[in-house]
Formats: sequence, structure tokens, C-alpha cells
Amino acid sequence: MVGDGMKLLEHRAKQILRAGGIAVPDGYVVKIPEELHDVKSPIVLKAQVPVGGRGKAGGIRFASDLLEARRYATEILKLEISGHVPREILVEDRLSIGREIYLSITIDRSARVPLLIASNEGGVEIESVPDGSVRKWHIHPFLGIQAYQLREIGSFLRIEESQRGQMTSLLRNLWRLFWDNDCELTEINPLVLSKDGILVAGDAKVIVNDDSLYRHKELIAPDETLTTLEREAKEKDIALVQMDGEIGVIANGAGLTMATLDNLSLYGGRGGVFLDLGGTDDPKKVEQALELMIRSSPKVILLNIFGGMTKCDSVAEGVLAVENRIGISIPIVARIRGVNEERGRDMLSKAGMIAVSDLDEACRKASELGGT
Amino acid sequence: MSTILTKSTRLLVQGMTGHQGTFNAGQMMDFGTKVVGGVTPGKDGEVVLGLPVFDTMEEAVRITKANTSIVFVPAPFARDAVIEAIDSGIKTIVVITERIPVKDSIEFIQYARLRRARIIGPNCPGLASPGIAKVGIMPNSILSKGGIGVVSRSGTLTYEIVSALSEKGLGQSTCIGIGGDPVIGTNFVEALALFEKDRETNAVVMIGEIGGIAEEEAAEFIERKMSKPVYAYIAGRTAPVGKRMGHAGAIIARGRGTAQSKINALEKAGARIAAFPAEIPKIIKEEV
Repeated sequence: MVGDGMKLLEHRAKQILRAGGIAVPDGYVVKIPEELHDVKSPIVLKAQVPVGGRGKAGGIRFASDLLEARRYATEILKLEISGHVPREILVEDRLSIGREIYLSITIDRSARVPLLIASNEGGVEIESVPDGSVRKWHIHPFLGIQAYQLREIGSFLRIEESQRGQMTSLLRNLWRLFWDNDCELTEINPLVLSKDGILVAGDAKVIVNDDSLYRHKELIAPDETLTTLEREAKEKDIALVQMDGEIGVIANGAGLTMATLDNLSLYGGRGGVFLDLGGTDDPKKVEQALELMIRSSPKVILLNIFGGMTKCDSVAEGVLAVENRIGISIPIVARIRGVNEERGRDMLSKAGMIAVSDLDEACRKASELGGT
Repeated sequence: MSTILTKSTRLLVQGMTGHQGTFNAGQMMDFGTKVVGGVTPGKDGEVVLGLPVFDTMEEAVRITKANTSIVFVPAPFARDAVIEAIDSGIKTIVVITERIPVKDSIEFIQYARLRRARIIGPNCPGLASPGIAKVGIMPNSILSKGGIGVVSRSGTLTYEIVSALSEKGLGQSTCIGIGGDPVIGTNFVEALALFEKDRETNAVVMIGEIGGIAEEEAAEFIERKMSKPVYAYIAGRTAPVGKRMGHAGAIIARGRGTAQSKINALEKAGARIAAFPAEIPKIIKEEV
């Protein structure tokens, strides 16, 4: 997988597959049990959560009458699956499964082209399938999926001659929708070959590249995997991750923020919030970041700035604006280096904050203040 | 590095009329880079820092004889800018722009391969060879001339480490920031190969981070092909699983891409590992 883009819920992913010409089971979404239609043939109820392991958690139930379906729907809506409470249930016709196949397209970072992955052992996590049962094909973006690859995939998956045409168009469609929608992952697992010989996507996972969302506005949905604070930060274009520790770290640059957290751990300090300010020179952005940090209530805030494009005094200006407006009761340890560092440190120390130039020293001080 | 930046590097700045483009063009000139002009569609005839601004790369290259470009163009237009540079005959393109859709990066990187052009980045601070030229945004003041090659996925963390090296008298041959995106034009292995060949470089500092397997691939290369010593720091030892740590590429997904796996691979390959940034110059000093 590439990064951590926008994960679509199963029913949204299946809409995209259907629009791209791939068969999915007939179904609809309910938010409350009362919305269930009459049950004429066996159905499956599937909790809509952005994480795996639903089946084991009781998030997938089979029903053959309305009464049973309502009971299961009520139960599913009360579940918490890896921290996610389902708000929607996908109700689908139950498939008559002949066999289950695994298919996905992702991006191979090393080869720098998309990668198609197939296996005959569908319906389980691909990581648990032995290497010998998995095969991979690179797809060059200028050529698309090639006829010889379609033949290889068909024979690897032991698709009968009579179903080869169906498989071929499914693979072409999967590639097309992966590429056209700026996906980082499209996964059909299982791809069901039904008893009457039809290929249907039993489950679907679609992850859209975050950086492409400006041209896929229709796909934007609140990211359910984020906490409230993380989501708010994301809307403000600030990278914020909540963790278990006591020390809130603000730094400019992702690598530097991670390194600051690592450095803290040498002194027993534990990171509570990772906040990457990015490359900004706008005191307003610093204010926004600091306010988010204060709301997460860490025991101490460690601010680590290596100034370049971000000037140290601009950062100090943002910090002081928050101090003057609301008063900061959480102790701040600032490590300030780079462009206009003396001025930056001076501004902060005059306001009673600890301002140093050495990262190690700042980490030691912050760890002492954050000690339990 | 003699294989990328030389005294004959002639640079065009794509997006020179923007705030970042103008500021960094000036900084690069101060560093000694031969900046020969800029390109911003619709700004033909303007003069920035005494240099001509052109509408198109074709015209700019024809008139200035540029062989290198740096891209500051906003993400939605970056793909077009890079392809235009490749088509104009430019062979080294440094893409500073962040948040370019990964599909666009794949397309311009694959196109560059076909046309034998080198891409550095995107989402990177570029590169600098003290005493020769800088095509990037690293602060001039932290760089100093010497024999250490630096390669990094990060921006400011690179500044941190380069400045620590300079303070301890360990100058650099070339510092190259390859970028924090999952798909990049020049990766660790390719940069290490350049350093191994480069006569100005005696030792290499490699700054990696969680996510992907680029560091593991680098370790394999170090073990098989590198004769020069490698010192490494990997950021994200304390990062939680499944969370994207700022960079699009920095995530431990499904148990893969942990700092420990990278540290183990690099140690096995004979690289010396620093536990924190300031330890890098210390370890180098110990060994020299």
C-alpha cells in the first residue's frame, strides 16, 4: 500500500465498482432497523466500518426473514469494532458462492508503477496467504493492462474458458477505475465466482489518494479513522496524530517531528501529540496549531523549530498571540534554531517560556516537566 | 555531486514569480548557482532578480541554454510543468512542490525514464553541493564543503543533521533530499550509487523514516555494492502503528515499514546507526 489515503466505506467502494462496470450484489443501506425492506430471499447484513475483522466481531450476519434481520441490525448497531461504532448497515442479497478469489491493484513504491495482485485463496487477509499462492503483475500506466497479462492472470486463477471473457472485462474495468479515481488501493476480496458462473465483488475496499481529492470532490467523506481533533487539524491542513503520552510535540517538518518524539524517549518522555506545522511562515498557522495542541491538554508542550522557510520570529509571534489572547497554562519548552533564532528565543523567554537552542537539552527539560 | 550538479549547471526556475520561487532563486544565486532565468506562463517579459522570465520552457531553454530546472509550481499544475521541462530537453528536474497526486508523480517519473531525464522529489528540499551549486531550498548557512554525502527523505530533519555535521567540522560533498512521498524520482539506492561513484564523497549519512521498504532496499545495496562507510538515522522509532506521520509515505501499515525493521536491515548491512540526530557527527568523529 502507498500511504494512508481516504478509505471509503464498503458501500461507497461498491458504488464505484458498479459505476466502473463490475458486478456487485444487489443491496441498500440502512441507518436504523426499521428501514429494512421485506426479506424475500436470504440476505446478509454488513456493518459499515473502515476497518477489517468485521466478521469475527459480529459485524456480518445472515438472515432469512425480516424479524431475524431486524434483530441482527439492532445488535450490529450496538457493536464497537476496533473503536468504530457502525452508523450504517449494508443489506445485500446473499451470494451462492462457488469459489472465492482475491484481486487488488495498489502502487509499488519501488517500481513506481501500479501492481496487480491475484490469488485463488480469496476471502482471507492477503497477508496470511502463503507467497506461493499469490502472484503479482506490474501495470505500466502508459500501456494499461496487457492482453498477455490477462491470459496469465486467467490461467493462474484457473478461470474456465467460458468465463475468460467475463474475467478479462472485469480486470480491464478494475484497472480503469483504479487509475481514473486516483486510487492507492482497490481490492476485491472475495471476488465471488457464483455457482451459476458469475463474477461478483463480495467485498470491496477503495482507498483514494488524499492529495488528489481536489479533483474528486464527489468522493470526499469524513475520515472515520481519525479522532475529532485529528479531523479538525486535517481540515486546517495541519498534520496531527494523537498518541498515548504526556508531551505535545510541535515541529516544522514531518521527519523533524518524528525525530523529536524519538529524542524525547531517550529521557523517558512520551509523546502525546505529533503536530507537524509544515513549511509555513504564517504566525496565524502557528496560532491554529498551538490552539489545537492546547485542546489536547498535554502536560507540557515541546516546540521544536528549525527555521528556514519558517522564520523563528514568525513562530514566536504566533505563540505570543495565543498567550496574549487566552493565556497558556501549559508549560512550553521551545527549541529554536535557524533563521532569526536569537530574536525568536528572546521573544519567548521574555514571556516566561523556556527557550533553548539545543534539541537534546529541550527534550531533557520537556521530559522532566512531563514526568509522571 | 559531479554526476548531478557541476560548474556547468545552468538553472531555470519554474514558478519564479511566486513568493517561494523568487526567494529561493535569490538564495541559490547567493550560493553560487548559475540561475539563468525563470518560467511562469503568462509572465513573459518580466524581470525577476535581474533575470528574464519566459512563458514557455521551450523558449527559455533555447535562449538560456539551461540544462537543469527546479519546480515551485502549485501541485495541480506541477505534472504539466515537469512534462514541459522534460520535453524542452532538460535532463535534471528538482520538484520541490508538495502534495502532488501520486498518479501525477508516477506519470512524470515514468515519462522522465523514457526520455532519460532525472527527477529529484517531489516534496523534497532539493540538493546542494557546497562550492559548486545548490538546486533546492536548504538554508545556505548550514552547508559547508567537505567529504560527507547526505541523503534524506526529510526536509527540516536534514537541516538539523547537516547543521550538526557542519558545527563539528564535517563538511558535505552533496546533500540530497529525495522527498517524503511514497513515489519519488530518485530513491535511496539510486542516490547511494551516485555517492559510491562520486570522488568527492568519502562517507555517506543516510536519513530514513518509517513507511515503505526503501531503507531495507538501501541496506541490501549497501551490503552488496558500497565500499564507503554509511551512517544512518531512522526517524519514527516511537511512532504509532497505522497513523500517517505527516509525510504521505511515513506510515507503518499492516506491520510493515517499522523503524526497527529498517534499523536491523541497515545494521546487518554494516551501517552505523545513530539513536538521535546529534549522535551522527559523534559516531563519525569516533571512527575517523
